[in-house]
Amino acid sequence: MSAAAPAGRAILVASALLVAVLAIAPLIAYPPFVMQALCFALFACAFNLLIGYVGLLSLGHAMFFGMGAYVCAHVAKAWGLPAEAALLGGALVSAALGLLSGALAIRSVGIYFAMITVALSQLVYFFCVQAPFTHGEDGIQTVPTVSSIPGVDLTKPLVLYAYVCAIFLAAFFLVHRTVNSPFGELMKAIRDNEMRATSLGYRAHQYKLAAFTLSAALAGLAGALKVLVEQNASLSDVDFATSGGVVLMTLVGGMGTLFGPIVGALVVMGMQTYLAEYGQWVIVIQGVVFVAAVLLFRRGIVGELAHWGGWSL
Amino acid sequence: MNALAHITAQQLGQQMLIGLINGAFYALLSLGLAVIFGMLSIVNFAHGAFFMVGAFCAVFMLKTLGLGYWWALVLAPLAVGLLGAVTERVFIRHIAGLDVLYGLLLTFGLALVLQGVFQSQFGSSAMSYPIPAALQGPVNLGFMILPIYRVWVVVFSAIVCLLVWLAIERTKIGALLRAATENPALVRAFGVDVPRMITLTYAFGVALAALAGVLAAPILGVQPQMGANIIVVVFAVVVVGGMGSILGSVITGFTLGLLEGLTKVFYPEASNIVVFVIMAVVLIVKPTGLFGRAA
Repeated sequence: MSAAAPAGRAILVASALLVAVLAIAPLIAYPPFVMQALCFALFACAFNLLIGYVGLLSLGHAMFFGMGAYVCAHVAKAWGLPAEAALLGGALVSAALGLLSGALAIRSVGIYFAMITVALSQLVYFFCVQAPFTHGEDGIQTVPTVSSIPGVDLTKPLVLYAYVCAIFLAAFFLVHRTVNSPFGELMKAIRDNEMRATSLGYRAHQYKLAAFTLSAALAGLAGALKVLVEQNASLSDVDFATSGGVVLMTLVGGMGTLFGPIVGALVVMGMQTYLAEYGQWVIVIQGVVFVAAVLLFRRGIVGELAHWGGWSL
Repeated sequence: MNALAHITAQQLGQQMLIGLINGAFYALLSLGLAVIFGMLSIVNFAHGAFFMVGAFCAVFMLKTLGLGYWWALVLAPLAVGLLGAVTERVFIRHIAGLDVLYGLLLTFGLALVLQGVFQSQFGSSAMSYPIPAALQGPVNLGFMILPIYRVWVVVFSAIVCLLVWLAIERTKIGALLRAATENPALVRAFGVDVPRMITLTYAFGVALAALAGVLAAPILGVQPQMGANIIVVVFAVVVVGGMGSILGSVITGFTLGLLEGLTKVFYPEASNIVVFVIMAVVLIVKPTGLFGRAA
């Protein structure tokens, strides 16, 4: 067990670095951009829980992100409830959706699983196009952000920034704890050899469904958090490009690494923001990055770094 | 039930035909996917993009070379097939033997590149493509009047699907293909150039997609998004039919298209989602799909 101590230390150092970066980020970068990147980083962490630790590629994760966003926006605007209730509502509805769609999808593996999740997310997309509460093409705009915590005024940019950071870090800690819990070990065991896990008496399907639901809930929380940052929810949150984007983030950062999705989200969001002037060529660049990542650095940025340094990140 | 009384046989026939046309595209596309999957064990996410490129090829040929529909029907699949062969050699070959998910991710990236290039060059609005002179106008079947071109698409696609099925099941090349799918090492030992066969299989699969693209051009209009819109439905079709069977993918394609068309008549709000709902139901009853083997 001598390897366990340095492995833990690498994560501790990286976590401290993460907190430090978040603390100084508003000084060097545009805070709304950082907050947006954090939302997608959380989304990618949720997605990575499946692909990285259970080995399931979901190509429809935008259904959870988008549903979380819509529910959060609806709860805050139409019902006038505080941000905390809206965030919780978004995460819970996405968890329910995850339980339902997961029950359908986890009976299949590999590419079937991927194709089923694409199709299910398309189903959710068309639901969102037609359901009255989403307001179709208009989306839900100018969502009020009121916290129920006394003294916390989310209309102040820095307060909102601290709030988003706190929620992100709490969720990230939850992911970290999950991955390193007995449950997380079982997830990895199922990923590596499902039949063996089953033969040892574990009900692999139930563990997969639990992981899928947790991933959906966190993706929903990420979508809800995005509503606090942008004050809107729209069809683009639930469309296929968003599903593809989170796959790219996780792939570029490093599947199955704790910090990879965060780095990947930052890189991809940075690309989208700073290359926006090139219009449609951004899609081409994203495609090229996708191809390059698959062919040249399958471990992703953090994965390659961890491999090079022998760290566990 | 009052609303139903207003639906005449003519309308019903029209919608069923439209359904069958979409079914024809689903069948051609899922057939190509099934052929590629059988040989390469990858789900070709770029299939929709090749469908779109096929349609654009028809437009280019008409605008720059003055070559009409019939030329496009032959040359566009050839051109896209060549593009597919190059794609297989340059990209897909390098991930052989890796987890199947990488094939999906790689082809997804390639689809983004193709779609992005066309979007930046041609924008997102649809270009029209004329119906060839020989296939214009309606045909009177006695009990209903239908546009010739649409009937042509359904009949022609069905024939192509049937021929492909026969070629795979009944010819020597088809037998080699099936053998190489089962056991590539053994077929190689018999002196068959399996890598070349893989390249040609991929080329053939995407050529089918391009053929569907040319057929679709006069009906759907030509725009960069057209492939992305249809491929997700085709994925659902593939899940319903199961990846195991060539004929199964064709039958499922036509059937689901027809059901989609009928839904447009009786409950239009659900026409976009009916295929996905059917997929969910089939998954509950038979997780491997109607014609599929266990994954």
